[in-house]
Amino acid sequence: MAMPANEIEALIKAALPDASVTIDDLAGDGDHYAATVVSEQFRGLSRVRQHQIVYAALRGRMGGELHALALQTSAPT
Amino acid sequence: MPDTVFDRIQSEIDGSPVFLYMKGTPMFPQCGFSARVVQILSHLGVPFGSANVLEEQELREGIKEFSQWPTIPQLYVKGEFVGGCDIITEMFQSGELETLLAEKGVEHKAQA
Repeated sequence: MAMPANEIEALIKAALPDASVTIDDLAGDGDHYAATVVSEQFRGLSRVRQHQIVYAALRGRMGGELHALALQTSAPT
Repeated sequence: MPDTVFDRIQSEIDGSPVFLYMKGTPMFPQCGFSARVVQILSHLGVPFGSANVLEEQELREGIKEFSQWPTIPQLYVKGEFVGGCDIITEMFQSGELETLLAEKGVEHKAQA
């Protein structure tokens, strides 16, 4: 039940082509990640909406294959 | 998903100003993310209701559909979904969480 970091990044970028995505494998087990996603599409949206967009991009893997993804999202400053 | 789960969730989040869906109980959280949100609420002196999704598979799946949010914990303030662990932590650190509680008229301990 693990997922490589580059796969996560590819899914996010497929949904948010302008996004800058940084992913850290927190435990080195391919299962606990922290991701920072910065995209113009987040501007003006609540954090819940921003995270929902990222979860949608991950197409159901979050909470399943991907146990833990600590998310930080923002619009570019 | 049967409407009964959604009805139950709706009545829980309407019934308490602050309600947390979590893994475990506030006394014995069974997941680090749930534990962190409990810790933040306790630190802010916020009374809250909670439900343990580990005890009910139907609730565990139902809450994810209800909010269109894939993970637990989930915090609701005045019936509105505010966020999971990351969002609550970020809002606590920036002071936004306290502002939200004050705006919504939720009892809490003022921070210095």
